[in-house]
Amino acid sequence: MDMVKLTIDGKEVLSQMNNTILQAAQGAGIKIPTLCYHERLNPIGSCRLCVVEIEGYDNPVTSCTTPVAEGISVKTNSDRLFRMRQEVLKLLLVNHPLDCPICDKAGVCALQDLVFEYKVTNAEYLAPKKKQDSLYATSLIRYWPDRCILCLRCVTACNEIKGVRALSVINEEGAQRLSVDQEKCVSCGECLQVCPTGALTENLSPIKGRSWNVKKVPTTCTYCGCGCQLELNVFDNQIVGVTCKDDAGINRGSLCVKGRFGYEFISNDQRLTKPLIKKNGVFHEAGWEEALTLVAEKFSKIRKENGSDAIGGLTSARCTNEDNYLFQKFMRGVIGTNNLDHCARL
Amino acid sequence: MTNSFGEFADAKTIMVIGSNMTEAHPVAASFIKNAVTKGAELIVVDPRRHRLVDFATTHIPLKVGSDIAFLNGLMHVLIEENIYNKEFVSSFCAGFDELKAKVKTYTPEYSSTICGIDPEIIRQLARRLAAAQPAMVCYTLGITEHTCGKNNVMSVANLQMLLGNLGKPYAGVNPLRGQNNVQGACDMGALPNVFPGYQAVTNPDMRLKFETAWKVKNLPDKVGLMIPQMMDGLVNKKVRGFYIFGENLANTEPDIKKVEHELASAEFLVCQDIFPTETTRFAHVVLPAAAWSENDGTFANSERRVSRVRTATAPPGLAMPNWWIFKQIAKRFGQNWEADSAQDLWDNEISKLAPNIGGIKYSRIEKNGLQWPCPTEDHPGTPFLHKEGRFTSGLGKFNPVDWTPPAEVPDEEYPFVLSTGRRLYHYHTRTQTGRCEGLNGLLGEETADISPEDATMLGIADKEMIKVASRRGEVIVKANVTQEVPKGLVWMAFHFRENNANWLTNPAFDPDTLTAEYKACAVKLSRIC
Ligand code: SF4
Ligand code: SF4
Ligand code: SF4
Ligand code: FES
Repeated sequence: MDMVKLTIDGKEVLSQMNNTILQAAQGAGIKIPTLCYHERLNPIGSCRLCVVEIEGYDNPVTSCTTPVAEGISVKTNSDRLFRMRQEVLKLLLVNHPLDCPICDKAGVCALQDLVFEYKVTNAEYLAPKKKQDSLYATSLIRYWPDRCILCLRCVTACNEIKGVRALSVINEEGAQRLSVDQEKCVSCGECLQVCPTGALTENLSPIKGRSWNVKKVPTTCTYCGCGCQLELNVFDNQIVGVTCKDDAGINRGSLCVKGRFGYEFISNDQRLTKPLIKKNGVFHEAGWEEALTLVAEKFSKIRKENGSDAIGGLTSARCTNEDNYLFQKFMRGVIGTNNLDHCARL
Repeated sequence: MTNSFGEFADAKTIMVIGSNMTEAHPVAASFIKNAVTKGAELIVVDPRRHRLVDFATTHIPLKVGSDIAFLNGLMHVLIEENIYNKEFVSSFCAGFDELKAKVKTYTPEYSSTICGIDPEIIRQLARRLAAAQPAMVCYTLGITEHTCGKNNVMSVANLQMLLGNLGKPYAGVNPLRGQNNVQGACDMGALPNVFPGYQAVTNPDMRLKFETAWKVKNLPDKVGLMIPQMMDGLVNKKVRGFYIFGENLANTEPDIKKVEHELASAEFLVCQDIFPTETTRFAHVVLPAAAWSENDGTFANSERRVSRVRTATAPPGLAMPNWWIFKQIAKRFGQNWEADSAQDLWDNEISKLAPNIGGIKYSRIEKNGLQWPCPTEDHPGTPFLHKEGRFTSGLGKFNPVDWTPPAEVPDEEYPFVLSTGRRLYHYHTRTQTGRCEGLNGLLGEETADISPEDATMLGIADKEMIKVASRRGEVIVKANVTQEVPKGLVWMAFHFRENNANWLTNPAFDPDTLTAEYKACAVKLSRIC
């Protein structure tokens, strides 16, 4: 790969020729603010927050869409750039309510962080003439048109990552907002995952934790054999949502509907909570001691009468390696039979 | 899978056969769509025009259960036109002459009479595959869930060897595993013939190794029974005690009536699960287990990657982790198992006994998983198998096979083929997803998918309730008239109890793997009003 040399903020940087200025800067540990840019998407270039100055050019350019070139000298910070970015943010806030206290995204919102960093304190908010209400294609996601900054990350993710193409931007009574194609959307939540603001929120868990109170536990999805990596969001011993790190696992931040929204069963009240023993055709609750002793006695008796091979066991392709290992160890090493199988063929 | 998911998006040619990936493996399917966006050629071989076909360059709508005829047809052309990968075959494969002799009769014209694909299309596709190396082949249960499932798999492997598409990136034979940890369960020896790491129970050295490690004597030396054999055993009383851990057989096995009779015949049945299921009804003892997010451990995905599973919440009531339950029962048989955590068990016991995964330790998979073979702790893991034509047993062996029809084919009385599978919004028998209100909201009932032609012929309106019957049972289900399904085919899933496809499916099995023929049986349709 051909490399080019350029200067960013006085620092000499070596970069691959097909990189953008933003990528070159990131590679060199120089931070440029962004809103619409996302590592997993092609540059969108809609927010203009990532503007930089190139020596010899009058007008600043958006660094996420401008390729590097040999010998250029780039400035990522100046009074002018600061003011430009402030201006961008102010314009966004004209239409974006500061309803952070009731927003799921508070604390993990890119817009909130930037507004704070760029000290935008005097933005004038123009409430929409009519309360904007719009249904999303899937009941699992809620769209808050007022909060949408039209950065197009969601549209691009639905197109590029999922190839579903369910989202577009429409004009309605002079205001722009998202429109979702009901027929196409597969409720995967990719749009939710990439939205930098609280314009798309998870509409499933009745309990919501604030971002700073929620513990994120990385794990592997429990459904299909892709083995996607995800993070369970835990609040008060309950799973209240699923998120994803952009750089983990085969899925790199992507999930399907089951992985992202299929967690409710964990706290379902039909869960088995006590051992059960059937007496005269009816189940009775029992303690562990009684249940385990009964199992051991029955298996011992059968083994004594007809040998180990009169016992069989089925283990589960849904459970962990460790559990499967122990089950086969139990059947082979304790019971003494190889009558052991699982639903591999399903 | 011989290869990795990471290769999908950059592959140049991908053939997907018998896999409804957009619904069953949605994230993998999105990688394939990404490849198509970048210009890859996608060939979808499937009776149904499912959603992935929208992205395909070519759709081959072959008849249900005709895969071998089609694949042999491709190989016939490759050999006849002398365009197979001669270098790969002569250096790394054995049994070419037998293959050649076998596929000789499968002229595209003859194949076509079985699979229904135009001979010219078979020829063109063979030529394109020959020109396009490397090409990946991905498949799922559309290949395996047939009475000829094992032969189907061998056919796919034959084709890829003939094309030289093994031992390199963007190639390979890639079965996508249906369940999160099928790969791992096999790796752990949850099979009647092997210990963890695929070490045969019939090998005395292996038995000695495990006897020493487990401090036991006389490990059983005879291969055990597979599921259908154990189920028979419940009825003929050869199997008196049965332990079902985390499975809902009453809904997942073909011919529900038969299965329930078998379960009801069990003299002593223990079920260990997280919910009451159709299967636990038959239990004598039910043990409440901790669920997925209440347990530490690992899963192995389709690409042989071992990744961490972590405890997020505490189990409800008295429910306990599976390992604890097994350990407690073992104790009552006088065995004291030492390991006291999943990590202890993996690091100090499992990985030491299975050479394939010897180098995988919890400390190495904190962030990302590792793909086996990974024999030592400095081994980086293996993204694709058979590098540079190195096969496990020396040369890659061709296993030529003949096409055989499904065990039950349509006739006058039952004129339709029923094929089954999964849908996007649910998982198996819905023990879990059925208790997710969000997912139920997206798909609340089963449908029988039928073609517009058949609907018109039978006077069935879209969304009308109809009766689907086979020799084994019948269900009342909503008709879903869709272009996805060709004439003569009915397609259903096994997610919902009342109209579960398994009331209808045929308990006919592949003679070697004992995989059931979920993908083909004969049914009739009728209106009910
Ligand atoms: S919904 Fe979110 S991601 Fe989509 S355009 Fe609005 S702010 Fe951007
Ligand atoms: S949920 Fe998925 S398919 Fe639906 S709009 Fe969002 S990204 Fe697109
Ligand atoms: S998120 Fe979806 S694609 Fe990924 S492992 Fe889970 S079920 Fe499979
Ligand atoms: S980040 Fe560059 S324009 Fe938005």
